[in-house]
Amino acid sequence: MTAMNRRLFPVLAGLAAFFFVTAPIVIIRAPYESTMGLVQKIFYFHFPAWMAMFLAVFVLGIASVQYLFRGKPAADRLAVAAAELAVVFGLMGLITGPLWGIKAWGVWWQWDARLTMAVILELILVAYLLLRQYGGAGSERLAAGVGIFAMANVPFLYVSTEIWRTVHPRTSVVPTLPVDFGLPLWWSFAGFIVLCMALLAARARLEEQRAALDRLYLALEED
Amino acid sequence: MREFLRVAWLVFRKDLRVESRSRELLFTTVFFAISCVLVFSFGFVRAGRAVEGAAAGILWIAIAFSGTLALGRAFERERYHDALRGLLLAPVARPAIYVGKLAGLLLLLAVVEAIVTVMVAFLFEAPLFRHPVRLFALLSLGTLGFAGVGTLFSAMLVRARSRAVLLPVLLYPVTIPVLIMGVSGTAVLIDPEPNLAMARLWIGLLFFFDTVFLTLALWTFEPVMTE
Repeated sequence: MTAMNRRLFPVLAGLAAFFFVTAPIVIIRAPYESTMGLVQKIFYFHFPAWMAMFLAVFVLGIASVQYLFRGKPAADRLAVAAAELAVVFGLMGLITGPLWGIKAWGVWWQWDARLTMAVILELILVAYLLLRQYGGAGSERLAAGVGIFAMANVPFLYVSTEIWRTVHPRTSVVPTLPVDFGLPLWWSFAGFIVLCMALLAARARLEEQRAALDRLYLALEED
Repeated sequence: MREFLRVAWLVFRKDLRVESRSRELLFTTVFFAISCVLVFSFGFVRAGRAVEGAAAGILWIAIAFSGTLALGRAFERERYHDALRGLLLAPVARPAIYVGKLAGLLLLLAVVEAIVTVMVAFLFEAPLFRHPVRLFALLSLGTLGFAGVGTLFSAMLVRARSRAVLLPVLLYPVTIPVLIMGVSGTAVLIDPEPNLAMARLWIGLLFFFDTVFLTLALWTFEPVMTE
């Protein structure tokens, strides 16, 4: 993990930098959407941010199971990195969403199915971080339990809110986009996913170093 | 299986005996639930009349709030004299301990709900008892889901710092689906023209939620409680 991390990070960071530097050019060249105009371009950030969040949430769930049942410390470090990133990308989605909403729906926020789900998922992840921060010694184990429950909750949130009528555009429009709109979208998507992976690797490595430092500190005190 | 149920029964009976001597949990939780409903009444009454459509939400919020209080106290008790460690050291299946604790909490919440439901029906003029079987199904499944997750979280927080505040912080976001399903189902039942197919859907969803979350709780109780 350590060695892989060290080699993987520069590659991922370089790729992310490439996509983020070139993305504005690709986005500017994309045509204006007929009804939304310039505001539609928020979409090139909004959708990829949520996808990056889902990636992080998925990693959190798997890592939590790994830590709880196999006791792998590396899995726990990956889990905390994933949870923090999920909160950050989720926040990006929650900020860009209303910016779009005020133009498209005329209101900043609506208690629509998709929006409710998004805000609750964000809430669960913040609760996870609060537990880790203030739970004291041994809270990693408890946090892993919460991580598993958070994952299991996603389908229920999806179903229980999907029964309501929704104003949010369906995700199914994404694959049907014409090339002019699709290219910048997938460009940004690639950028966000690679950035998410690079940050995951870096953050997990930071946690690893911190653990190593703690071990050294303890060893020094014992002498 | 027989042994599992016997252990669960013993834990349940122990809690019942402790409670029957002090009645602390019963009295404080019931009183808290009643004051919860009253606070909502003051908040939602305009010109002497209750706001329409608030009953379902108030019923479930009162249950969730008093449930959290009971969950916290039920495990606070196990901290004295290291009682929880004693329980965990016993050579029995740990999930059985979870089931025993859960059964005690369900009994307590059943008492609370019996009182709160009557109060809400009375104070908010909600025809809650028009479909008693469906209401019972919603309340029991909803409580099972809420307390099922809550018992696990409360048990694992026993050893954590600032557990009093962390329990609601963790429990509410995770159990929001239960609240959504419970409130939506109850709102359907007290509608002047109830859409019973919709009520059945919410009951079915709650059942599904309970199955998944109780399985998860039984599965994770052992590793989470291991020090």
